[in-house]
Amino acid sequence: MKTEGRTTTPVAANMNSIQTVSGSKALDQATQLIFETGTPRRTGIDFPEPKGRPSRLGAHARQGEIGLPGLSEPETLRHYVRLSQKNYAIDLGVYPLGSCTMKHNPRLNEKIARMPGFADVHPLQPVSTAQGALEVMSVLSHWLMTLCNMPAVALTPKAGAHGELCGMMAIRARLDHDGASHKRRVLVPESAHGTNPATAVQCGFTVDEIPANQGGRVDMDVLRAKLAGQGKESDVAGIMLTNPNTCGLFESDIIEIAELIHAAGGYFYCDGANFNALVGRVRPGDLGVDAMHINLHKTFSTPHGGGGPGSGPTVLSEALKDHAPVPYVIKTDDGFDLVENPDEKSFGRMCAFHGNMGMYTRALSYMMSHGSDGLKQATEDAVLNANYVQASLSDVMTTAFEGTCMHEALFDDRFLKDTGVETLDFAKAMIDEGYHPMTMYFPLVVHGAMLIEPTESESKGELDRFILSMRSLAVRAKSGDVESFKQAPIYAPMRRLDETLAARKPVLRWTPPADVAEAAE
Amino acid sequence: MRYLPLNTNDRAQMLSVIGVDSIDDLFETVPKEARLEGLIDLPTHQTEQMVERFFQKLSNKSTPAGSVPFFCGAGAYKHHIPATVDHLIQRSEFLTAYTPYQPEISQGTLQTLFEFQTQVALLTGMDVANASMYDGSTACAEAVVMAHRVARGKKSKAILAPGLHPHYAAATQTLASTLSIKIDERECRMGRDDNVIDHIDDDTACVVVQSPNVFGEIVDLRPIAEKAHAHKALLIAVFTEPVALAAITPPGEQGADIVVGEGQGLGVGLAFGGPHVGLFACRQKLVRQMPGRVCGETVDANGDRGFVLTLSTREQHIRREKATSNICTNSGLCCLAFTIHMSLLGDAGIQRLATLNHENACHLADVLDGIEGVKVENETFFNEFTVRLSKPAADVVKSLADKGVIGGVPLSRLTPEGDPNLLLVCATETSSEEDIAAFETALKEVLS
Repeated sequence: MKTEGRTTTPVAANMNSIQTVSGSKALDQATQLIFETGTPRRTGIDFPEPKGRPSRLGAHARQGEIGLPGLSEPETLRHYVRLSQKNYAIDLGVYPLGSCTMKHNPRLNEKIARMPGFADVHPLQPVSTAQGALEVMSVLSHWLMTLCNMPAVALTPKAGAHGELCGMMAIRARLDHDGASHKRRVLVPESAHGTNPATAVQCGFTVDEIPANQGGRVDMDVLRAKLAGQGKESDVAGIMLTNPNTCGLFESDIIEIAELIHAAGGYFYCDGANFNALVGRVRPGDLGVDAMHINLHKTFSTPHGGGGPGSGPTVLSEALKDHAPVPYVIKTDDGFDLVENPDEKSFGRMCAFHGNMGMYTRALSYMMSHGSDGLKQATEDAVLNANYVQASLSDVMTTAFEGTCMHEALFDDRFLKDTGVETLDFAKAMIDEGYHPMTMYFPLVVHGAMLIEPTESESKGELDRFILSMRSLAVRAKSGDVESFKQAPIYAPMRRLDETLAARKPVLRWTPPADVAEAAE
Repeated sequence: MRYLPLNTNDRAQMLSVIGVDSIDDLFETVPKEARLEGLIDLPTHQTEQMVERFFQKLSNKSTPAGSVPFFCGAGAYKHHIPATVDHLIQRSEFLTAYTPYQPEISQGTLQTLFEFQTQVALLTGMDVANASMYDGSTACAEAVVMAHRVARGKKSKAILAPGLHPHYAAATQTLASTLSIKIDERECRMGRDDNVIDHIDDDTACVVVQSPNVFGEIVDLRPIAEKAHAHKALLIAVFTEPVALAAITPPGEQGADIVVGEGQGLGVGLAFGGPHVGLFACRQKLVRQMPGRVCGETVDANGDRGFVLTLSTREQHIRREKATSNICTNSGLCCLAFTIHMSLLGDAGIQRLATLNHENACHLADVLDGIEGVKVENETFFNEFTVRLSKPAADVVKSLADKGVIGGVPLSRLTPEGDPNLLLVCATETSSEEDIAAFETALKEVLS
């Protein structure tokens, strides 16, 4: 490049506060809402002319405009590409959200999910014309049942919480079938995901919380006391337990917990959100589990997509399998068939069709790519990465519990005591370092929780850089530099947002500015 | 393994930093009897090429809707999706982001959700919408649970209209089965939706009416809304085809209090039934009883407009057992697809799309009505309608498939008690004159 006569070094060192006329900041483009840029008459799709046939809508034809703005194709592309650039993503950097399992999403799986024999098949077309799709469901079921050592799986639940509903509905159906309808109390550890108590209540159970012990695990004395002396007459329907739990710890007493629950005539629901710490090394069926959902969008890498879709197939024990929901796939002499109508024992139907096929293909592709050896290695690497992070930070941050962890490392905010910096500030400062913050303030059993789940997808080099950033932030927090933490983030597309204002005066949709609305009237 | 960055060297170094001898030491908290030795009995790793070949073979064993004359609707609809939609939703920043918990680095997802909520509110004619449910059927079930909550346990009845999609009714039954609310389900029959009016009383928490209903008939919601409101009951309006709302008077203008439905028809493929996207809209005064995530507008520390997830005190991660629903993950990426498709269409585009759907369905109805042994049963319809056949519809559909035509959904597939001779058929903008002619020829042969 020709630089003759021109300066090649920046002149001003502190010009990052200038206001641009456009509102953009170089690559960070200002983006209005489509309602402010589009117009109802513009469209980005060409259609043939209608033939003018008489309408058969009767007296119900819509009158007037809907008010939906349209954009041409290039405008649409630009609008959403600009928006996309305001998002953090696993493809961009470390996304260590504990319990959420942000791992690599292989693009082979996207290609496979879009094959027309899966993507362009109607759920109600004749089963003879959907054999390939049904076979995928059958093979996926085999993999899930084998990895879990469980005799059945209900594929239809559409996300983890929907899987919880499936498992708890099956438990309720079994209890009712056995004439044990007095059993309506469900034990839930206080470290549980919020979905667990919400699900239990949605299924008509009451929730009885179990505290954690000093080691972050179920307090066995409390559990025994809750079940003592009543045998199967107890009103306990079961327990909902996450394993490894949300502190990243394996529930070492889990076999005894299952035995105690079974002795009380109850059933063991395992929240499988953290199954990625176990695949290939531990099978839930060997632990006495009666039902467990598997988040295909966590453990088996189907993309999170900014909040979904997910998929929550739920494995069921011998005791519960007859109560599974419809539909499900069976193998016949001619191939595969669907059972779509529930018998007396099935608790019914959870959703319109056969669950999230698009996630089945992706998850099975992921499993087959890894194979039994790769899946085990992935589990081990996930656990190794979490422990490496924990070991590398434990001298500058405070680990919540003694000893090694499983797939995620839990810190509390004791290391920030008296610094004026809170977990939230620490998280926002991570954004400026180029990282997505870890899960914060969850689980509720420790103060100012920071739950870090690096997953197996991070290289050692990437982890080392992450650790260096975290260490330097911890040191800076302790050095008394509160102000920079309170200001953070300063390099993100937006500064801290006022969430209180959003909740107090909810603006949940765009409405035309008052003067335009008046002019239109 | 191509997805795992660590090598043997890295692992050894990391174990030494942790201060353990082997990976097994990190699994010591697992009870001995539950520790697996060796590998699980499943195939070992495969190359990308091998996996792709496996799936290609299976894909070839199904008949894609786009490869044959195709007339299925009944809750999932074959539409053309612009290439732009699938390209944009595959951008890493959308595809591989989590739920937008950190708004400073999630404005892409959040602004899209705000646009989505606005589009859904406009299309349904309602005040507000949430950031999606799993699908239309679960949205319907959650709406009934919400109505129960609004009634604060003082009303015990939810009435489901006879034209409600049987799968929606079943999903609602399942979710409501554990509540103190009784589902009063009318037998799934044609032309009886108005009858629900006679069943609404002071004990009614809500009445659930689908329009266009599962038979394709467009239902006048106004008298039902009037009666419901007279008894302080909520009208929950349901739809399964979002494109229909561009052609008919929106439920919001007919007095609906909650509108739920399936959004798949815009931007989202058939995918053998999922993932789809549940739409959920309601009146402003009910917003704090609404399930699911909601995105709202606010400002940042510089005073610039931005968006955040809000009203989370309704949700499970804050309220736990007192939450309005247990839903956590929703249909985020499908919302994005819906929103992009809607942005491309705009008012002019979606109305044109609706007109083309309706015209093709009218043409199909005329053609089928002219065949001996076929009678169109609808007075009104949008893009799907019901025909009575002279033979059981399930057998006819099977024979049509053998002739390379996928000719609709027998009512008996949706509900075993359904009239066996009724067939639900659908035409969209993708149904060509040649497709309809092929259907005509095949159906004549099958019925003769």
